[in-house]
Amino acid sequence: MKILVTVKRAVDYTVRVRPLTDGSGVDIANAKMSMNPFDEIALEQAVQLKEAGVADEIVAVSIGNSGSQDVLRSALAFGADRALLVQTDAVLEPVAVSRILAKITADEAPQLVLMGKQAIDDDASQTPQMLAARMGWAQGTFACGLTMGDAEVTVVREVDGGTQTLALPLPAVVSVDLRLNEPRYLKLPDIMKAKRKPLEVQPLEEMGVDVGTKTRITHYAEPPERKPGVRVQSVSELIDRLVNEAKVL
Amino acid sequence: MAVLVVADHSGGTLADGTARTITAALELDATVDVLVAGEHAQSVAEQAAALNGVNRVRICEDAAYAHQLAEPMATLILSIIDEYSAVMAPGSTQGRDVLPRVAAVLDVAQLSEITRVIDKNTFERPIYAGNVMATVACDESTQVITVRTTAFEPAASGQSALIEAVPAPETPVAARFVEESVVRSERPELGSAKVVISGGRGVGSAEGFKLLEKVADELNAAIGASRAAVDAGYVPNDYQVGQTGKAVAPDLYIAVGISGAIQHWAGMKDSKVVVAINRDEDCPMIQTADYALVADLFDALPELEEGLAQLKAQ
Repeated sequence: MKILVTVKRAVDYTVRVRPLTDGSGVDIANAKMSMNPFDEIALEQAVQLKEAGVADEIVAVSIGNSGSQDVLRSALAFGADRALLVQTDAVLEPVAVSRILAKITADEAPQLVLMGKQAIDDDASQTPQMLAARMGWAQGTFACGLTMGDAEVTVVREVDGGTQTLALPLPAVVSVDLRLNEPRYLKLPDIMKAKRKPLEVQPLEEMGVDVGTKTRITHYAEPPERKPGVRVQSVSELIDRLVNEAKVL
Repeated sequence: MAVLVVADHSGGTLADGTARTITAALELDATVDVLVAGEHAQSVAEQAAALNGVNRVRICEDAAYAHQLAEPMATLILSIIDEYSAVMAPGSTQGRDVLPRVAAVLDVAQLSEITRVIDKNTFERPIYAGNVMATVACDESTQVITVRTTAFEPAASGQSALIEAVPAPETPVAARFVEESVVRSERPELGSAKVVISGGRGVGSAEGFKLLEKVADELNAAIGASRAAVDAGYVPNDYQVGQTGKAVAPDLYIAVGISGAIQHWAGMKDSKVVVAINRDEDCPMIQTADYALVADLFDALPELEEGLAQLKAQ
């Protein structure tokens, strides 16, 4: 069984991103970049399925500039067998990404696509559902548990108020949440081995996919700032201030 | 053209997020319809029809919608989408599950978790864990939008709009429901509570959260948690407040043993008053809170509980 895993190169989660002063973009030119943390969880799940003998091939896909080769090398070090970069400098809307991924998914014909539930840059949380819809497949979003069967994958989902368990006919798309697993640390021999694994680079322009949308960000701004707070010395002072000053009790 | 709001409901109750989404929808267009789908959804439809500003409620009752799964829900929405210029849903796990499927079939970009309607084609939404607010121009043929419900007040109820049935389209390839485990809490819902008390890694254990519960009882508060506390297994994931969990905006947010990483702030920075209780006076939560108490939470929480009990007795 083949599993497709999507990985996105995103600003590292420790970086506090700020808008440019003229509001034309965000100041990330020199920011540390990493694999989107939820995509690591998706990869880890794929590797565990391969180690369990359920999957026999893992293909990692990324869409982005040449820097995305780094996250694909990490994916190969995790245990992906081969990697594909759709290279573009453009910043794409999730719907455009889903057009590209639908084409790749149709070509690769995996039984399962594993994806992070959201990327921590645009926080959209759309692409997995969009890919599932384009393929006409069932989806299991926000997965915290996953069991492969012969014709179905059973997914436990994080939903408001608790969890929900669904059985999806294969092939299917699953988006993963943080409790699914704990991604492994990469070991040096795996990183060395990854350098010899195949990484194909395909320019986006050669794919014949229209990535245009009628949606665009026109301005980037700082969120409203909070007033500086006060230090209270005791619990009784805290209660007093909440009652008499903030008037929230 | 009108706006279609997809209702969120469970256990026969319309979710508060739907009333808030209606407020956002009314800022976009004067005509707002609500779609209620379920196996038995009449009472939910009546709750929706009572919300002021609703033009009409469209109800679809069928076993296919018993759990409002994404595949049949998206197909149902698409069967009536031609009548609307926009479709909106709360940014709940339900809305986030369903709407991207609709957008993909329409081949339009979706806007996730808007916090403001600026005009008919312009919206605001947070990106990068809320560190940046993006103004987004959306000229798609159909606007597909989820709403950050904490940014909008709930529509009041009092009216009684028309309720009309919608035929159920044929069900596509879909997931099969197996089971669900939903904890029904006596406490207010995290997303709409007036007071939230959240614990972090500093709380130390599931046992430690009992101290928070006692304070929450005094305040009629919902209980939240940082990602670290969820990761450590102290509380379930749906307690999680932050970039990858829930966004809350209560009148009072009490952060206990939470260092205050930017990912956590993303989920609670719109709270009116923020209180931090932490031993570490250098942590961002203490530095940024409106009221900061540098103290051991295991001493401070019982004291707080007692002080609040006394306050109530007065």
